[in-house]
Amino acid sequence: MYRSQNIFAMPQAFSSHTPRKVVSFKTPNRWVVLTLTIALIMSLPVLVVGNAIFEPFNENWQHLKEFLLAEYITNSLILMVGVSVGVLTMGVITAWLTSMCEFPLRRIFSWLLLLPLAIPAYIIAYTYTGLLDFSGPIQTQLRELSGWGYGDYWFPEVRSIEGAIVMLSLVLYPYVYMMARAAFLEQSVGALEASRTLGSSPLNGFFRVALPLARPAIITGLSLALMETLADFGTVQYFGIATFTTGIFRTWFGVGDGTTASQLAVMMLFFVFALILLERWSRKRAKFHNTSQKQTAIKRFQLKGAKAFWAWFACLLPVFFGFILPALQLLWWVFTTAEETIDASFFSLTFNTMLLAIAAALIAVSIALLLAYGKRLHHKPLIRTGVSIASLGYAVPGTVIAVGIMTPLAFLDNSFDAWMRETFDVSTGLLLSGTVFALLFAYTVRFLAVSVNAIESGLGKIKPTMDDAGRSMGLSPLGVLQQIHLPLMRGTVLTALLLVFVDVLKELPATLILRPFNFNTLAVRAHELAADERLADAATPALMIVLVGILPVILLSRAISHSRAGEQ
Amino acid sequence: MSVQFNNIAIKVLIGSLVLSFAVAPLIATADGEVSLYSARKEKLIKPLLDKFTASTGISVNLVTGKADALLKRLEVEGKNSPADLFITTDAGRLHRAKVAGVLQKVESEVLNKAIPSNLRDNDGMWFGISQRARPIMYVKSKVKPDELSTYEALADNKWKKRICIRGSGNIYNQSLVASMIANNGVEKTEAWAKKFVTNFARPPKGGDRDQIKAAAAGQCDIAIANTYYLGKMIHGKDEAQKKAADAVAIFWPNQEGRGAHVNVSGVAMTKSAKNKDNAKKLMEFLVSKASQQWYASSNHEYPVVADTQWSDTLTSWGKFKADQLNLSKLGELNGDAVKLMDRAGWK
Repeated sequence: MYRSQNIFAMPQAFSSHTPRKVVSFKTPNRWVVLTLTIALIMSLPVLVVGNAIFEPFNENWQHLKEFLLAEYITNSLILMVGVSVGVLTMGVITAWLTSMCEFPLRRIFSWLLLLPLAIPAYIIAYTYTGLLDFSGPIQTQLRELSGWGYGDYWFPEVRSIEGAIVMLSLVLYPYVYMMARAAFLEQSVGALEASRTLGSSPLNGFFRVALPLARPAIITGLSLALMETLADFGTVQYFGIATFTTGIFRTWFGVGDGTTASQLAVMMLFFVFALILLERWSRKRAKFHNTSQKQTAIKRFQLKGAKAFWAWFACLLPVFFGFILPALQLLWWVFTTAEETIDASFFSLTFNTMLLAIAAALIAVSIALLLAYGKRLHHKPLIRTGVSIASLGYAVPGTVIAVGIMTPLAFLDNSFDAWMRETFDVSTGLLLSGTVFALLFAYTVRFLAVSVNAIESGLGKIKPTMDDAGRSMGLSPLGVLQQIHLPLMRGTVLTALLLVFVDVLKELPATLILRPFNFNTLAVRAHELAADERLADAATPALMIVLVGILPVILLSRAISHSRAGEQ
Repeated sequence: MSVQFNNIAIKVLIGSLVLSFAVAPLIATADGEVSLYSARKEKLIKPLLDKFTASTGISVNLVTGKADALLKRLEVEGKNSPADLFITTDAGRLHRAKVAGVLQKVESEVLNKAIPSNLRDNDGMWFGISQRARPIMYVKSKVKPDELSTYEALADNKWKKRICIRGSGNIYNQSLVASMIANNGVEKTEAWAKKFVTNFARPPKGGDRDQIKAAAAGQCDIAIANTYYLGKMIHGKDEAQKKAADAVAIFWPNQEGRGAHVNVSGVAMTKSAKNKDNAKKLMEFLVSKASQQWYASSNHEYPVVADTQWSDTLTSWGKFKADQLNLSKLGELNGDAVKLMDRAGWK
């Protein structure tokens, strides 16, 4: 597709002796092989899980179909639709306001709006239940003041499907916000200015120019939010909502049937495939590259008076409910429990968690760069499918994908051990299983979708003519990636790093099952206490996750702003 | 050009390798150390392990996690698994581990003598180390104890919209229903469950503490919960929870018949165990008097060893007759219980 564009876009002098053909004959194999190999390794866990589809369907599947499946599908769909509405509304509006308008505290909001990302969904669910539940302080106060009893008054039920939609939207909208904001900032001002000189109102310019241009980025953010919604277990389980995830756990842990559980997981993956297709379709329909040569500073709409207030208010709402309120509740709990929960081991927990998150972010983003660039170099269906399958890990519930990771690793270890015993009479035991390597592999698989999606949307914005120009000047494909793409998408790479970093901080199920002896992370500690129904004690590690997540969020936000030429 | 990129890649690779080693605790476990996969939370097992190490000099390596996930880890790691022992709550899980073939038989006079036979596996594959009871809790101001009798009677119409209990995804409820299937059969239990579900005051949600809190707040008159949650609410720091715990009392059901439903947390030796002697020492340590008392006082669970001194809290709830059902049954019937609850519409 982009070849035809090249011909029109390339200055004559370059295209006449572009050595592309020659080079692409010399090197494609290396890239195709590299990309496919990495994609295959990253896909292994999903394939291990997916393999269950070839097993016969047993009577437990019949039972599922008869009593539960319809409910799982309905609830999962309602959740996805609801979360879509929530994250799009909050994410796009705030992204537009903070990138294109000027109002009090705009700069601070631009990074405050990212903070809910650092709060695990199940933690926010716990805090709101603590506040708003029937036996919580607010309703109790209400009853004491009014003399009402149970059933005498109406109060929104937190632990309902609507509640779950709100909770998930509050912590997932930053994906959309982040992607949309980066897209708005990277848009050439020219297009918007043109629309304005043609008499469009700011609002009109938003709907007719900025939004369509940003659509691929927004859809990328949305699909990440939805994949996480599908994989969520903590929130829906606590709220008593039967979804695919709770169904998978019930079938596996309750009925004790791992095969049927995996088959259910595969069925859920069809939903994800639909999402991926949607995303790809949206990008195909709208392939926009930055065409403007010069990027001048955005002239923001100066909002005054009531308008400024409403803009300020619209940004405050998600920050308040997604971060400030739950963080305050956590802080309150921390004060009541700190002496018991903060000990020497707490700092090693924090240290472990940070190191793991940094390492995993670097690895996942490096691999994402290779995969996305390999895909860009060679538009082969095989590569595309490979990368898509490798990205599926994000939507599979953590424990299930962890089993998919554990199985091939243990198989490798045991086979090597058997071979060593036979050949050298030496037992090597388990070399990879139960090590930090296994954990890092798990994180990479699990969060590859996050980094690949971010990087792909960044790469997509770079005109293919750039590649050609670079190649014509003698750069190797790697040289192009490194010397042209990387500097151009610094903001995107940082975004991807941050997203993986924060996700690893929060990651629980895979860490829980794969970690080495005597090794804990903040999320594990928070979970252990919360699962024991000691929510207040869980607050300290939970708040620490948030604190560790905040610093990179702030740094990143600055980087995104600065990634735009002409922006201070 | 590509050299530079390779540099980055190599730096990342080396960096992460260095990190792996810096972060990773020793992978290979030293000789004599006991390695443990525990589905009991760290706070509920580590203090005992520390005492064990202090008194014997044997160090213990610990991974905590969810029972079924740890069991899966044991399965895929196979004979090279570094774990010597597996600790989990719920007899159903212990039974599942036995069936999966990841356990081995332990012959110990100490264990067999200390633990009543219905609280350990017939083949010596697993041993209960603490007991947990799931009785009825009622709101003192609304229900008189003589209105209550058995779990079965909770299906009566008079309890319409008055009962709080958590979802059927929870293992405690699955075990309770499995015990009823074992005692009354599938058909009777299913008929009971269908009526019982219509007596729920609200769709099931939250954990055991939530049921007690909801009852105390007036949302229902009866809650079904494990007793140690009540104990933790009484002894916790949260004033609201203390108040809620004060509002309810425990009723021991089925005292005329089979007794109240109990389950255990237990320990088993893995098939791959490399330090059998020390592992066995740890198992025996867990049923020592001191350990048993620790369970009772710190987590408000019931000891499995008969002559263990009860804490004041346990004493205040009174003696009770416990269901003597062999707990392996709970494991065998767990899947049936889940499906039965699905059919009954127990969310």
